[in-house]
Amino acid sequence: MNWNIVLAATIKWVFMVLVFGLGVAGILTWVERKMSAVIQDRVGPNRASILGFRMLGLFHPLADAIKAFTKEDFVPDGANRVLFFLAPLIALVPGMLAFAVLPFGPGDNLVIANMDSGIIALLAITSFGIYGATLGGWSSNNAFAMLGSLRAAAQMISYEVSMGLNLVGMFMVFGTLSFSQIVYAQGHLLGGWLPEWGIVVQPLAFILFMAAALAENKRAPFDLPEGESEIIGYNVEYSSMRFATFFLSEFFEVVLIAAIVTVLFLGGWQIPWLDPKGIAGGWIRVLQVGAFVVKTLFVIWVMMLARWTLPRFRYDQVMKLGWKIILPLSLLNILVTAIVLAML
Amino acid sequence: MGVPLSYYIGLAVVLFTIGAIGVATRRNMLVVLMSLEIMMNSVNLVFISFARFRGDVGAHGIVFVVIAVAAAEVAVGLAIAIQIFKHNRSVNVDEADKLKY
Amino acid sequence: MSAEMIVFWILAIGAVLGALAVVLPPFGRNPLHGALALVVSFIFMAGVYVQLSAFFVAVIQVLVYAGAVMTLFVFVIMLLNLTPEELAQPKYSWYKVLSVFSALAIGFIVASGLTHVLVHFHAASIPATFGNAASVGGVLVKKWLFVFEFSSILLLSAIVGAVLIARKRRS
Repeated sequence: MNWNIVLAATIKWVFMVLVFGLGVAGILTWVERKMSAVIQDRVGPNRASILGFRMLGLFHPLADAIKAFTKEDFVPDGANRVLFFLAPLIALVPGMLAFAVLPFGPGDNLVIANMDSGIIALLAITSFGIYGATLGGWSSNNAFAMLGSLRAAAQMISYEVSMGLNLVGMFMVFGTLSFSQIVYAQGHLLGGWLPEWGIVVQPLAFILFMAAALAENKRAPFDLPEGESEIIGYNVEYSSMRFATFFLSEFFEVVLIAAIVTVLFLGGWQIPWLDPKGIAGGWIRVLQVGAFVVKTLFVIWVMMLARWTLPRFRYDQVMKLGWKIILPLSLLNILVTAIVLAML
Repeated sequence: MGVPLSYYIGLAVVLFTIGAIGVATRRNMLVVLMSLEIMMNSVNLVFISFARFRGDVGAHGIVFVVIAVAAAEVAVGLAIAIQIFKHNRSVNVDEADKLKY
Repeated sequence: MSAEMIVFWILAIGAVLGALAVVLPPFGRNPLHGALALVVSFIFMAGVYVQLSAFFVAVIQVLVYAGAVMTLFVFVIMLLNLTPEELAQPKYSWYKVLSVFSALAIGFIVASGLTHVLVHFHAASIPATFGNAASVGGVLVKKWLFVFEFSSILLLSAIVGAVLIARKRRS
């Protein structure tokens, strides 16, 4: 066994997942509240202060963390203890593992595992997130939590299908299942000026994938499994750090989905119309990783906007949207892509 | 050369037998279906290990079809289990002995 | 013992223990525990597939079995929400002992058949692209095209069948 590879992978994982992923997810808890405040014409969080500095409420995530750690860790009567403890971890860990196949930049150094079938592997890993939500509700021994987790399971199973099918068109256009190769392929310019990004060649798949990914993420307008304001969700019995883990995993998934959308549909680390030879040394790498991060943050912003501007669907509407609109449209997308590719 | 072929085949046989015991002894229909999945997996393992040691990737295609069959079987089997539960209030396969309701 | 051998034993023992937890009544009393044990078993099996250079099949195994099929199982188990009375197993009887023996006999027949194959087996070397997505896809659309297309019909009929069976009947 080559320990250098293990060490390099560990260092990359720490930077990509713990620093980038969890860092952005932590800040998102602040962005969520501040953005909703801006949209609803409120001031938003601004009370937490260190030595009188309030920093627009940026210390609130810190205060939240302290609160979560010091609150009582409550386990309901008759709960299945092992699964009750495991469920938040099952929700969080798959997202962390999924970052391993995402390329942050060109070459083998800026991706942990440059897999031949990376996209399928990512779908496989993220499909474990369902267990976190369903087991969380089931193990709480609470009828409302149980109903919430049933809603979560049905919704996530439904939208996983269309999520995978929307990527089939991408596989057909770019002829690869590897994240790195798909990003390389998106560096081409169509007709000399239009970047061959996924959003350009597969616009329908982009929209449908975003919708399906939002539903997978269980956030508004698809937040029926949780429904914090009126219907009760799968995490109702959770408190303190366990609830915070669920909460964090949701924001972590936001970052993950934004990164996936960036890599697949927005050209990943590619900067269009930029000649890499024009920039000296390692700066091009810095620029490209920066481009990836900026695009990811942009997609996160779009997702946040969707969360705070759209009302929640009714449950039958969620199911109808998934099975009767998104699924047929993604099948149609595959058919049209096949016909176009055959004619070209 | 790492692990010999016979080890993989041995693992497959052990898993197949475990699955067969589950199908034969358990009376909960869901557990019976899960035991069937174990048996299918052991068959897949046989295909894959022979493919590896023969240097022929053709068996992987068969494994694909087996996985598709397993998925189809589970979809129909679970639908039947739900129907039986609706009628009998139980998923015990021994109690599902009426042909018509 | 080589590193590969150690990895194989870890994966094999994990897979067998997971499968046993599904089948043996003390562990599998609650089907949900059995289902979760089976998920773990399938992941270990995927590890064995990786060891056999079947990378793509391993990924599909995790995606379809652990990700989709077992999620469906967990969903149905939770939906039925079986109470302990319904889970109660009848007492051990001569019938059950006979079942175990017949299952062991089936296992023995399978083992003897495979041993016969193993004796006459000649190993060959594998190409570098063995088991990646392109090679498996090539096999599916060149060698097994009919079977591949037919499995899509099978899946379609399974979808229609499942919907037909599970929908509410008009009274």
